[in-house]
Amino acid sequence: MCRVVDLQQAVLAGNDLRARQLRADLAARGTTVVNLLSSPGSGKTALLEQELALARERGTRIAALTADLATENDAIRLARSGAPVKQVLTDGLCHLEAGMLARHLDGWLPDATELLFVENVGNLVCPASYDLGETLRVVLASVTEGEDKPLKYPTAFGLANLVVVTKMDLAGPAAFDEAAFRSHVAQVNPGVEVLLTSVRGGLGAGELLARATAAAAGGPVHTPVMSRTGTAQGHLHGHGHVHDHEHPYGHGAHLDGCDGADHPHGHGQSAADRLAAVTAES
Amino acid sequence: MHELSIAMAVIGQVEEAARTAGATAVHTVHLQVGELAGVVPDALEFGFGLACAGTVLEGARLVTETVPGRARCRPCADEWAVGMPPDLCCPLCGTAADELLSGRELQITGVRFADGTAGGPVLEPTGGER
Ligand SMILES: Nc1nc2c(ncn2[C@@H]2O[C@H](COP(=O)(O)OP(=O)(O)OP(=O)(O)O)[C@@H](O)[C@H]2O)c(=O)[nH]1
Ligand SMILES: [Zn+2]
Ligand SMILES: [Zn+2]
Ligand SMILES: [Zn+2]
Ligand SMILES: [Zn+2]
Repeated sequence: MCRVVDLQQAVLAGNDLRARQLRADLAARGTTVVNLLSSPGSGKTALLEQELALARERGTRIAALTADLATENDAIRLARSGAPVKQVLTDGLCHLEAGMLARHLDGWLPDATELLFVENVGNLVCPASYDLGETLRVVLASVTEGEDKPLKYPTAFGLANLVVVTKMDLAGPAAFDEAAFRSHVAQVNPGVEVLLTSVRGGLGAGELLARATAAAAGGPVHTPVMSRTGTAQGHLHGHGHVHDHEHPYGHGAHLDGCDGADHPHGHGQSAADRLAAVTAES
Repeated sequence: MHELSIAMAVIGQVEEAARTAGATAVHTVHLQVGELAGVVPDALEFGFGLACAGTVLEGARLVTETVPGRARCRPCADEWAVGMPPDLCCPLCGTAADELLSGRELQITGVRFADGTAGGPVLEPTGGER
């Protein structure tokens, strides 16, 4: 005696729901989350140290939460900026989930925090599947990792709202082929902006902070093709939780995206749109 | 390995469905896994086997179906298989796809309950899949 049940359920529905709640709760408190993803050692903490220090100088109310499998080293480094910092040890879990983040923010996140940077576990596979309620998902790659990183980790790069290249001071010695990297990024995520940075010498210093601040102010955020799952797949999971959006700039706005040319084309959902969408769905 | 976390999420949802249905054993769980979901089906099956122990799903089989990525360019009225690594630019006009039609699924599509006491013999379904 067997029964077949036609159960249709998105496996990550629980995380997605929690992420949407968190995004809405934080928006109500005036906080915007930036989720940083990269391989181990790409330079997330180093870049964040620099951007936190700049934010403090400019009077931006900023906080950071860093997740690692073990050690508090990253938090100790980040805390030198003077910003509130929290270390989360994941006890072997290779990624953060929205519910975990929410629990760690509860009772810790200072009121009136404008920007919360979350340094995810160093790993380009698992964190890509989990929306953390962020407004800006940033994927970093250092020049020493190879130009084909975006093709090897298409889900991570394909869902990024912003791509950051780190350690540009090593581009020469590493024979980093910038054009190849850009074209690989464009293949999996046409139209996404690629920022070049180095904390040695300060190339692109303050740029990440500027993108985060703009997103927090409700400015346009790039919507990756991979998150435009529209109506066909229903509301599956995914960062951005995108609705079948019409393109305000028409199709021509994408013309530049696919050849890897880098200029912001600024379509996509604003934080305010997203919030409205969340309310409409719930 | 987040496939274990994902396996546990699947198990949690099937346990819930089993409770609702009053089922005491699970024979098969059907899952769609998109090419771009960032999940490795083999690792998922391995994690599923481990995490089922001691639950109503003990001994259940996970059947995964891979869903290829497909994208669409509206102006060209073109649809294409994006491949792996994916190409999300339209092969006709070279612009960014408007939409990913499929490929990010991570979706339970069906559960076959085997009635009887948990841990008891599982009855083979008639016309079962392989
Ligand atoms: N030359 C150079 N080295 C850098 C740069 N940024 C980071 N590094 C070095 O790269 C190493 C790793 O940097 P981290 O900032 O700890 O990298 P991470 O991504 O936070 O690492 P995990 O938290 O372990 O994933 C350190 O030795 C840094 O000093 C840079 O711009 N140039
Ligand atoms: Zn770090
Ligand atoms: Zn668009
Ligand atoms: Zn993992
Ligand atoms: Zn086209």
